[in-house]
Amino acid sequence: MVKLNRRLFLGTSAAALGTLAAPAVMAAAHGKPRVIVIGGGAGGATAARYIAKDSDGAIDVTLVEPSRTYFSCFFSNLYLGGFKEMDDLGHTYGTLAAAYGINVIHDWAVDVDPDGKTVSLAGGATLPYDKLILSPGIDFIDGAVEGWGVEAQNKMPHAYKAGSQTELLKAQVMAMPQGGTFAMVAPPNPYRCPPGPYERVSMIAHVLKAHNPTAKILIADPKEKFSKQGLFQEGWNTHYAGMVDWVGGDFGGGNVSVDPEAMTMTIDGEKTKVDVCNVIPAMKAGRIAEMAGVTDGNWAPVNAVDLSSKANADIHVLGDSAEQGDMPKSGFSANSQAKVCANAVRGALTGSTVFPARFSNTCWSLIAENDGVKVGATYEATPEKIATLEGFISQTGEDSATRKATYEESEGWYSGIVADMFG
Amino acid sequence: MKRDRLISVLTVAVAMFAATAQAEPDPQAGETVFRACKACHQIGEGAKNRVGPHLNDLNGRTAGTLDGFRYSKAMQDAGAQGLVWTDETLDAFLADPKSYVPKTKMGYRGLKDPQDRVNLIAYLARFSPDAVIHPSNAGYDLDPAILAIKGDVEYGEYLSGDCKTCHQADGSVQGMPSITGWPEEDFIVAMHAYKNKSRTHPVMQMMAGRLTNEEIAALAAYFGGLQ
Ligand SMILES: Cc1cc2nc3c(=O)[nH]c(=O)nc-3n(C[C@H](O)[C@H](O)[C@H](O)COP(=O)(O)OP(=O)(O)OC[C@H]3O[C@@H](n4cnc5c(N)ncnc54)[C@H](O)[C@@H]3O)c2cc1C
Repeated sequence: MVKLNRRLFLGTSAAALGTLAAPAVMAAAHGKPRVIVIGGGAGGATAARYIAKDSDGAIDVTLVEPSRTYFSCFFSNLYLGGFKEMDDLGHTYGTLAAAYGINVIHDWAVDVDPDGKTVSLAGGATLPYDKLILSPGIDFIDGAVEGWGVEAQNKMPHAYKAGSQTELLKAQVMAMPQGGTFAMVAPPNPYRCPPGPYERVSMIAHVLKAHNPTAKILIADPKEKFSKQGLFQEGWNTHYAGMVDWVGGDFGGGNVSVDPEAMTMTIDGEKTKVDVCNVIPAMKAGRIAEMAGVTDGNWAPVNAVDLSSKANADIHVLGDSAEQGDMPKSGFSANSQAKVCANAVRGALTGSTVFPARFSNTCWSLIAENDGVKVGATYEATPEKIATLEGFISQTGEDSATRKATYEESEGWYSGIVADMFG
Repeated sequence: MKRDRLISVLTVAVAMFAATAQAEPDPQAGETVFRACKACHQIGEGAKNRVGPHLNDLNGRTAGTLDGFRYSKAMQDAGAQGLVWTDETLDAFLADPKSYVPKTKMGYRGLKDPQDRVNLIAYLARFSPDAVIHPSNAGYDLDPAILAIKGDVEYGEYLSGDCKTCHQADGSVQGMPSITGWPEEDFIVAMHAYKNKSRTHPVMQMMAGRLTNEEIAALAAYFGGLQ
């Protein structure tokens, strides 16, 4: 994975070597502006990389991320469908540290003091910052699904943070009895990856069709409609006829409870015995955003021009945690927001040119082998929010070559975004 | 492909397109047109050379160079002189194969309806996902003043953030075309063709749609300088 762009390497190698030698001390000794990024995912890794790369060592960048390997949620449904290996989804931080001079600390941030401008780590350290960037992803709202709590996640996995949860869900699906039932509790808006639950249903149906063709999929959904609905339902009819039963909000899909011990799901009073139950609860900003005092309700409101918090000008919030306006909570969006934020933060700290904000997003989903669809839009910053400019969506009834090309394009996108995040 | 050849082909194509009001390319209609080609050509998964060469990854292929197919001397010579299959060259060839490559052994009279050709080419392009296609789908007469705009590299680098979510800065191709190191003019023409929707691709039409002439020039200057 370590592929270095020569120009970039020449540009930052001197700084990289210096920072690697004694990162924490350098910051204090040289009085360089300090940026701390919390969360090494789609938003955080990109922001850290762009600030380090473009400031050529003028800014001291620290990235705090507990995991040594980031397993991307994007493409984790393809792992469930048997199209990717778990290893394909894992990425490490070595290049960010070695080639970009980022001080990568594998620890949890446990508190933020916005007045003293410091971050506390679980390991005990306290780090000062000039600008703080939060991209901690999502957490689940307690009590969102009656009968379910995080303590039940080994019986009824969410698999909405990728890694062991995703592996568990896959193992459960493979162990289903013939003709058994896979149940899903889908989340209310807004949540991470709007097409995610439905791509997942498609991938599980793909696996069941091969291994367990009489199995059923039952979805309880509080929403009356969902992302790319026409495309997904067309695909389910074409590839998995009679297998998928979606109960939307207008048919009581939001009135749901589960019993992890008895393995039952009850929709609008009707109890069903299920074999696997994938509970995707309602979501909120990653907890550290709340501790930093930048949340209002479940999410952290931000200004569209630079993703700065509406509560604190020196804290920026990216990705899923941010309440920014029209962009869906996706890896592509988080990556796009990170670049705008990096440009603004660099400008504020070193006086470099700040260009106008611009954003884009495209979400690809796989419905069956070589049957890919996509939806996307461009966005601009207005005083109120990040607002949609122009968008497109795949059409129903497209020919199979178009769908195959769309899937192949998504693989290109995956390689691209991972290179843009991790170098 | 040699630049002078490219430009002349492009000019011909522009003139041709200008004369006939062109509708959007429709690859599905192209699939129907392709039925006539199926007697000799295979395309798609597992396609093999038959009477004619298989047509996977045709876009960007130098004429007469596919391994394992016995081409006419005429086609081999055309390739040696720089003929590369692009949307434009395919359009000209398909219109009248025997006059575009005299003595080609392709026994086909030609496809007279320009819309049929555009549709067929759009269909063929589906099987060339990795093609690095420099020149545009013509159909767009670019004002020389637009080509003359000097791009701001620093601004281009910032704007490139939008591109790099998919296209890699080191030019590697992993399912996405490489866009580094292109001649600036080719880059500008291609982006304008997406912007005015004469080149089809929903994501690229959307991305190019918001770019100003100056922004396209800035991106061309920035990516043109990356190796
Ligand atoms: C099944 C599924 C499929 C998806 N498919 C796609 C797709 O195809 N395309 C797409 O664009 N998006 C997709 N997404 C959405 C995408 O994964 C997220 O929107 C994206 O990861 C958000 O980026 P982020 O930076 O906000 O959070 P993340 O990428 O989740 O990164 C957050 C990071 O913060 C760390 N962290 C959290 N708290 C702390 C703390 N206190 N201290 C230190 N570190 C902390 C976490 O360990 C994590 O690594 C999908 C999501 C799911 C669940």
